[in-house]
Amino acid sequence: MATENTKTLARAMMAPSVIMLLVWMIVPLAMTLWFSFQNYNLLTPGNNSFAGFFNYQYFYTDPAFFQSIWNTLLLVVGVLLITVIGGIGLALLLDQPIYGQGVARILVISPFFVMPPVAALIWKNMIMHPGYGVFADIARFFGVQPVDWFAQAPLFSIIVIVAWQWLPFATLILLTALQSLDGEQKEAAEMDGAGFISRFWYLTLPHLARAITVVVLIQTIFLLGIYAEILVTTNGGPGFASTNLPFLIYKTARLSFDAGGAAAGGVIAVVLANIVAFFLMRAVGKNLDR
Amino acid sequence: MSQITLRNVSKRFGDIVIIPGLDLVIEDGEFVVFVGPSGCGKSTLLRLIAGLEDVSGGTISIDGKDCTNTPPAQRGLAMVFQSYALYPHMSVRQNIGFPLKMAGQDKATIDRKVAGAAATLNLTDYLDRRPRELSGGQRQRVAIGRAIVREPKGFLFDEPLSNLDAALRVNMRLEISELHQQLKTTMIYVTHDQVEAMTMADKIVVLNRGRVEQVGSPLELYRRPANLFVAGFIGSPKMNFLTGAAAGSHGAATIGVRPEHLRISKESGALRGVAGVAEHLGSDTFVHVKLDDGSIITARGTGEYPVEHGDTVWLTPEEGRTYRFDQQGAVIG
Repeated sequence: MATENTKTLARAMMAPSVIMLLVWMIVPLAMTLWFSFQNYNLLTPGNNSFAGFFNYQYFYTDPAFFQSIWNTLLLVVGVLLITVIGGIGLALLLDQPIYGQGVARILVISPFFVMPPVAALIWKNMIMHPGYGVFADIARFFGVQPVDWFAQAPLFSIIVIVAWQWLPFATLILLTALQSLDGEQKEAAEMDGAGFISRFWYLTLPHLARAITVVVLIQTIFLLGIYAEILVTTNGGPGFASTNLPFLIYKTARLSFDAGGAAAGGVIAVVLANIVAFFLMRAVGKNLDR
Repeated sequence: MSQITLRNVSKRFGDIVIIPGLDLVIEDGEFVVFVGPSGCGKSTLLRLIAGLEDVSGGTISIDGKDCTNTPPAQRGLAMVFQSYALYPHMSVRQNIGFPLKMAGQDKATIDRKVAGAAATLNLTDYLDRRPRELSGGQRQRVAIGRAIVREPKGFLFDEPLSNLDAALRVNMRLEISELHQQLKTTMIYVTHDQVEAMTMADKIVVLNRGRVEQVGSPLELYRRPANLFVAGFIGSPKMNFLTGAAAGSHGAATIGVRPEHLRISKESGALRGVAGVAEHLGSDTFVHVKLDDGSIITARGTGEYPVEHGDTVWLTPEEGRTYRFDQQGAVIG
């Protein structure tokens, strides 16, 4: 009886925050759905009418539509690959006892504190700029024609910038996981004749599985919505080469002033995110159950 | 088949000297127990033999071959860790088979050897479980299984029973001793528990602050402790020590008598005192007696010895069972 009461009380106490969160999610989603079925252009306010599926058809037939979805996925997968592999590498390095370990760790984490537009601008003007960027200096030092990164490899450049921002996050989570690996297990593996590679493969990597899952899931949430880095660097171009779904929605809403079309794009983005989440949970979700 | 010889082995961590320099020979097939209080360097010594720590000086040789700088895997020794150190994401089968897999043996051989080890250790029904699904004793057996499949030259045990409850500990103690009888392999066993040392060892090495205090068979150490430390460490309950006038009359700085070598009487005896707490174990009775000079000593009486708190009792040491120690703690005579 007492437990029953406690449970009821607990539910009642939790209710306000649960309701709050639900409203927070439902209201914008409902409004987006509502607008996606309206003819609603910001240039002609008050001239709204029911549009049926026209907005969806319009967004779907946008020449950039499929490319933007493809770019969204490439961006997510590219950044995940770089941050997870690089993060494991950095975590393994930072786990070694070295002089100035604390300082080194803080330095590695620091990119995470730089806000995305600032980071993107630094990369655009100081590192990747074909005239006075660091990469151009290096290229000229070797007597090679400097690469105009944002013109020749726009999506790759954005992947690099975003990966730079998220590498600290991955490193931090993976380093923490690495430090929780039992020392005696490592020694046992050493006694069992496992070399460095075998120890990494059979002991460290399985131990990191859960941390890698956390990194992948959390980063995917944020990477599906990458926008600021594109806005301040390539502006989605050249052509649609670096336009992802959020950026296409932005263009529809703020450059064409088509709120209805953008809302339809938003609904499509929600669907895409759910599809990605579904496959992700099937692929790596079991690692969280342990 | 292996004889392990340590020559002038020392270990320092920075300025802290753990082992100042130690010589020891472990004969082939012997069950040797390193025993001592915590922080005496016994685990460090084991890790030096395993190769998990590098020596700061001296040499370690196995079968006459210098192994001082050989990596742990190539020394041919297997180790059982205090925390068992099982690989949590592998099944019992994979755990036991791991060293063979690392040695590059083919799958059929691995399966056969794992099945053999599992049969020896009663683990056959648990081969497909994960370590976390096993009890403490079963985990312990898996750790031993992982050691025996390698058919090592010697086994190293680092306080393997300290995480088990008392009843299981007694069982596993027997199982490990039985295993030693079967395999006849050299085993080195580290413990802080002198009961484990006494019951299992062919040879006990008593360590204190990185130095060997005494080496010998359990009964040798019991009968002829070389100094105060060994006398106090071996035997349970601990030997009683008396200083002052009582010791002076024997021409020593300290004298020691084991509780089991004191005769309790209610009428007469050599030492008079008042009984304090009496622990009735059924098989024995341990009486804590406060002597007239204020010192408290423990005496063992027969199983159902009738003694109450506050009774006046007389204690008489058995003939020839009194140990005499000089000012430095070394035994006299």
